[in-house]
Amino acid sequence: MINYWPLLGVAVVVAGLALRRNPVLVVVLAALVSGLLAGKSPGELLALIGTAFVNARTLLLFAVTLPVIGVLERAGLRERARTWILGFGRLTLSGLLIAYLAVRQVLAMIGLLYVAGQAQTVRPLLAPMAEATARRRLGELDPEARERVRALAAATDNVGAFFGEDVFLAFGAVLLIQSFYKGQGIDLDPLSIGIWALPTAGSAFVIHAVRIALFERRLARRVPPARVHRDGPGKAGPC
Amino acid sequence: MLTLSHVFYAVGALFVGTAVINLGERRWLHAGFWAILGVPCVAGDQILAASKAGVMWPAQAMGAGVIALAVLVTRMRSRPVVWGPDSPVALEDPEQAAAREASAAQLRDRLFVPMLAIPAVAAALVLGARPSSSPLRQWIEPGPLALISLGVAAAVALIAALVVTRARPIRGLTEGRRLLDTIGWPVVLPVLLAALGTVFVETGVGKAIAALVELALPTGNALACLLAFGLGMVAFTAIMGNAFAAFPVMMAGIGLPLLIQLHGAHPAALGAMGMLTGYCGTLITPMAANFNVVPVLLLELRDPHAVIRAQWPTALALLIANLILMRVLVFG
Repeated sequence: MINYWPLLGVAVVVAGLALRRNPVLVVVLAALVSGLLAGKSPGELLALIGTAFVNARTLLLFAVTLPVIGVLERAGLRERARTWILGFGRLTLSGLLIAYLAVRQVLAMIGLLYVAGQAQTVRPLLAPMAEATARRRLGELDPEARERVRALAAATDNVGAFFGEDVFLAFGAVLLIQSFYKGQGIDLDPLSIGIWALPTAGSAFVIHAVRIALFERRLARRVPPARVHRDGPGKAGPC
Repeated sequence: MLTLSHVFYAVGALFVGTAVINLGERRWLHAGFWAILGVPCVAGDQILAASKAGVMWPAQAMGAGVIALAVLVTRMRSRPVVWGPDSPVALEDPEQAAAREASAAQLRDRLFVPMLAIPAVAAALVLGARPSSSPLRQWIEPGPLALISLGVAAAVALIAALVVTRARPIRGLTEGRRLLDTIGWPVVLPVLLAALGTVFVETGVGKAIAALVELALPTGNALACLLAFGLGMVAFTAIMGNAFAAFPVMMAGIGLPLLIQLHGAHPAALGAMGMLTGYCGTLITPMAANFNVVPVLLLELRDPHAVIRAQWPTALALLIANLILMRVLVFG
């Protein structure tokens, strides 16, 4: 007989999301509810949560790049990125973001997933570059337009990272898929799994690239085409 | 030999240092938060070894620490994160902005060198240590090669950054801390969600879901099974914040028994594309904090769902494309 009570843990997550409680609190509560309803003693449950937490610590590793980025930001990395990108006279917002999307997908495919990311590249490089290219063509952006450009830069990084996948160097998703099948008695080579990610990777690139291009066109219509001045590098206002 | 533990020690040192700085500023709750996060990095190996040997108290203490994190996080939000001249969120401060402009004008493209050193060094190590005859293999543990390479690359880049900017080494800690406190509690959410996934497996949630699905699904229809699998991946990924937690549940419930064994789906294609279908769910959920909440904080956006709003049309179009691709390719 299957014990359905631990499913209430999932219900806790859904309810917590709906009620907009802090997700950290919601997740810990869900683990406690599910564990206790499955009949685990408090001691067992604490040990289970503790070991599971330690086993998942790889997800904290991204922090190892933060000191470098912080030091460079303090020395003007974002400002330099903005000036530098304006040196490419004809680069548009969509050109920049689509090129980034392609590079990010290829880097992820060869296993370099964590060299770029929201803290690693979007905040110090991509977001200021995106704003600078948008401002050059459209003039000063109002706060909402600026916010949407930044959000699209963040979204582009996510799409590139997710749908690059570790095709050629298995360490994340592909290893998980392989180990699941291995546990079920199906032996697969990692590359034979990764290769099937390519059709989706291509679709993701096309779909998101089209959306970026459409976004720029809409933005151009929304922002009144203020005096388009070809200001040289260095004249970009504060971010 | 360089192992993943060494990289964890470096991250742990950053967390502990962040805790100490917060302690000095009397931000007690933040100090507690970062100190607890330091524990799995600094003492994780010992905790795992102890529970393997049957000594449970270190793992139990860690579990209690996780509960403490949840309590701390609910309190932390009421205290201001912005604080003084070295405050975490000082991007818009005009005086500092002027100083950064001046520094950028002086250092110019040299600023990019340490930044590019991260992917360059990581790629060189990953590619250099891949052949089994490579001498690098004596120095680097081959299993988690990509992650260790990232750690080494970050260390090299930090040294380069300190040389280029002529900053004192302590800046590495204070600036790393500034970014960590800018991100705040979402740092820990992915770890907790992964742990919750383990708890769900151990408590039989996966089996219960699989049993419910089989009651409700017309199992003879391959397309219905495929749709249930794909949409289930999206829904469960959105709830759990990552596809890794949803994958074993949906595979054990629908993918393996129905699609592969009953309808003859191609295992490799189903696995890869099923996982990617789940990622469409990651794009639309606030539970995927590191992807959808962290950038809101890092880019100082006012709308907490700004990134999800920018992503959902891509997610929806890609989900449809992926379901069609699966229909065509998996049963080929």
